[in-house]
Amino acid sequence: MTTTSPVAAPAITVALVGNPNAGKSTIFNALTGLHQHVGNYPGVTVEMKKGYFKHADRRVDVIDLPGTYSLAARSPDEMVAVDLLLGRRPEESTPDVIVAVVDASNLDRHLYLTTQLMELGKPVVLAVNMIDVAVGHGTKIDFGAIARETGLTVVPVQANRGVGLDRLRQAIVDAATLGVLPSPPLLPVGLEQEATTILQGMNGEVPPVLARRLLLDVGGAIEQSLVVLHGQPLLDRLVAARGRLAAAGTPVSSLEAKARYGWIRAVTAKALTRPVTRITTWTDSLDRYLTHRVWGTLFFLLVMFVVFQAIFVVAEPLMIAIDTGTKHLCDAVSSTMPSGPLRSLLTDGVLVGVGGVVKFLPQILILFAFIAILEDCGYMARAAYLMDRLMSRCGLSGKSFIPLLSSVACAVPGIMATRVIENRRDRLATILVAPLMSCSARLPVYGLLIAAFLTKDRPFWLPGLVLFGMYMIGFVTAPIVALLLRRTLRRGERAHFLMELPGYKRPSLRAVLRRVTDAGWAFVRRAGTLILMSMIVVWALLYFPHKDATGTKYEDRIEAREAIEKEAETLEKAGSPVPDELTAQLESSKSGHALRGEWKRASYLGQIGRWMEPVFTPLGWDWKIGMAAMASFPAREVIVGTLAIIYETDKDDEDRLQGSIRDDWATDSIRGPNAVPVALSVMVFFALCCQCASTLAVIRRETRSWLWPAFTFTYMTLLAYFAAMVVFQIGRHL
Amino acid sequence: MTPHSALSELHAGDRVRVASVGGDATLVQRLAEFGLFEGEEIEFIGVAPLGDPIEIRIGETRLSLRKVEAAFVLVTPL
Repeated sequence: MTTTSPVAAPAITVALVGNPNAGKSTIFNALTGLHQHVGNYPGVTVEMKKGYFKHADRRVDVIDLPGTYSLAARSPDEMVAVDLLLGRRPEESTPDVIVAVVDASNLDRHLYLTTQLMELGKPVVLAVNMIDVAVGHGTKIDFGAIARETGLTVVPVQANRGVGLDRLRQAIVDAATLGVLPSPPLLPVGLEQEATTILQGMNGEVPPVLARRLLLDVGGAIEQSLVVLHGQPLLDRLVAARGRLAAAGTPVSSLEAKARYGWIRAVTAKALTRPVTRITTWTDSLDRYLTHRVWGTLFFLLVMFVVFQAIFVVAEPLMIAIDTGTKHLCDAVSSTMPSGPLRSLLTDGVLVGVGGVVKFLPQILILFAFIAILEDCGYMARAAYLMDRLMSRCGLSGKSFIPLLSSVACAVPGIMATRVIENRRDRLATILVAPLMSCSARLPVYGLLIAAFLTKDRPFWLPGLVLFGMYMIGFVTAPIVALLLRRTLRRGERAHFLMELPGYKRPSLRAVLRRVTDAGWAFVRRAGTLILMSMIVVWALLYFPHKDATGTKYEDRIEAREAIEKEAETLEKAGSPVPDELTAQLESSKSGHALRGEWKRASYLGQIGRWMEPVFTPLGWDWKIGMAAMASFPAREVIVGTLAIIYETDKDDEDRLQGSIRDDWATDSIRGPNAVPVALSVMVFFALCCQCASTLAVIRRETRSWLWPAFTFTYMTLLAYFAAMVVFQIGRHL
Repeated sequence: MTPHSALSELHAGDRVRVASVGGDATLVQRLAEFGLFEGEEIEFIGVAPLGDPIEIRIGETRLSLRKVEAAFVLVTPL
C-alpha cells in the first residue's frame, strides 16, 4: 500500500456482466489473478466470484456476475444480479462502474444486454472480446464508431492472451472518476407512461428501471415478489396496463427487444463491415459432423466412454492409495497411543472420516476437468442437444445427462456437475434423483452377497445378470422418480428449453485448472465437515459403551487375549512346549474377533439394532443385518467392515466372511431356506437407499437448504425399505 | 413450404422469415431477446439425432429449442 497521498482514494467497485460464453470469467481471472473468493447469498443458489486488483494506487473490487442474456429476471436467483447492480443487496457495496463484456463475433446479440445495463444509472465500459474470432469471420470492426454511436468507453480485449487488460483497468478507474452516465436507447413512450403510473402507486419502493421491468416481465421475479407485498390490486393494474400496451400495437413481450435491436442495428451498421455473403465458420463445418445423426452420436458415445472410463480407471488406484494411506496412519497412531476412547476417536472416527472425505477427491477432480474442457470448448451444449429428447421424456433436459451418468461412478461429483444446468427446476430434479444411480461404493456389497449366495452351484451367467439387474434398478427408478417429482413437487413452474450452441474454441488450460481446484475446495471445505461429523456420530454409537458387564474395557480384554496368543505363538515357533496354564487361558477366553463382535452387539447401535428387529423382519433381516445397514448410513462401503465385525471374522478375508454369513444364515429358520431372497433384499435396499453422508452434505451445499437432503434421505429410505420388503416377500413364496 | 409454416416443420438448410411468434409471454420474450421476432431471418440448421430438439441460426446465434416451442413460431419462405 502506498501512503504518499494524505487521504487514500476510496476503493472502486466494478461489476462484470455479460452473456454466457462472452469470455467474462477469463477477463475476471486475468484482472484479479489469485485475489479472488466466492460470495454466497442467503436463500438462493447463486454464487458470485469476487476479487480485486490495484491500478494507479486505487483498489478496484471486482464482482463477476453469472452469465445472462438479459436483465429480465425470471427467478429469485436471476434477481440477485439485478438487485446487486442496483445496490439493493445490503451486504454488497453498490457497483460504481459496470463492465459489459461482449463477443465481437456476435456483437448484435451481446449488445442487447449492454443496452439494458445502460439504463442502470452507472457508467458502463464496453469490453469487446474475441476480436480474433470476428476477424476470422471476415468482419471489420471500427471501435471508434462503436464508441461514437453508443456513447460508451470501448476497450478491445483478447482476454485469453492478456491483450487490452491494462487499457481496461485504466478505463474502469477513469469511468469511476469521471462518472459519465450513458444515454440508453429509448423505449416506446407508452411504456414509459405506464411505468410512471405504476411507480406513483408504489411510494418509491422501486427505481424506475424496475418499474419498467415489472411491466415487461410477465410472471417475472419482480412481479412475483411485489405481488406478494401488494396483492391482487397490483396484479390487476399490471394486467390492465399490459392490455393497453398490446392494444396500442406494442405488446410487452416483444416491444423491448424490437426497440433495443433497432438501436443496435443502427450502431453495428456504422461500426461493422461484414462480408456480403456469410463465411462458413469453423463451427458451421464442425457442427455438421458433431450433431450428425450417425457421426455425432458415435462421437458422443466415444466422449462419454472416455470420461466414464477415466473416472473409474484413473481414480481407482488413487482411491485405493488414499484408503491404504488412511490405514497406515491409523496403525501408526494405534502403535504410539494407549488404547482408549481418544485413540479410537482419532483413528476410527477422525482419520477414517477424513480419509472418507479425501477419497472422493480424485473422482471429483477428474470429472470436473472433463466438464471444464467440454464446456470451455463448446461441446457440452452439443451433448445436451443430442440427449435432450431422451431426458425430456422423464421431465429432465439434455443437460441432466452428464451429471446422471457421472453419478454411476459417484453421486457426489455428479450432483456438483448439475451446476451446468441453468434451469432451477431441472437442476433440482436431477440432484434429487442422482443418488439413485448405482454408484461404485455399492459394488462391494453386491460383490460380497453375490459371491456368497449366487455363485456356488448356480448357472455361470447368474452373477453377471444379478449385478446388471442392480444397475438397472437405478437406471429405471431415477427417471420414474424424476417424472413423479415433475408431476407433484415442482408443478407449475414452466421452463422453456432454449439453449445457445456456442462457437467451438480451444479450451484454456488456466480456466480448466481453476474450475477443477474450485470444485475440489468447495467439496472439501463445505461438505467435508458434515461428512466428518456424521462419521464421528456413528463411531461413537458403535464404540460406547466400551465396558462389559463386569466393568472391564473391551479394548483391555482384546489386548490381553492378543498378548496371550502372541506368547503362545512365540513359544510354538521356538519349538518349546506351550505351558498348560497358557493353553487353558487361551481356551477359556474369547478370541479377538469374538470379543469385537460382543462389543459391537452391546454398543448403542447394537442395542438399537436389536430393539428395531421387528422393523427388519418383513425384509427377511435379523438385527445383525439391520445394524450393519444402519452403521452404513454415513458411507455404504463400510458395510463389509461392519459385517466382518458382527460375524466375527477378519474383514480382509472376504472368503471367510462369505462363509460366516452363509453358515450363520443356514442355521436360521427364516434365512436358511430363503438365503437368496434375503441376499437380494439386502442388495435392493443398498441399491435404493441414500446411505451416503457425503451425498446428503453435497445436496445441502448445492441447494442451500436442509429441506432437500432431508427429502432425498426420506424418500430413498422409504423406497429402499418397501422395495426390499417386496423382493423378500415375493422371493420367499416363489 | 406453405406461406405460413411452423418453424418445427422445416428441413435442414431452409431459410425463412419470422411471420409471428405465439405462445406464452415468457417464451415470446426469451425468443425476442435472442433476436427472434417478426421480420427477422432464420436458418434452419437441423434436427437432433433423436428427432428433437431442433437447431436454428439467428444472426450469429445458434439456438436449440424443442419442437413444442418451435411450433409457436410461424415463418414464411425467403
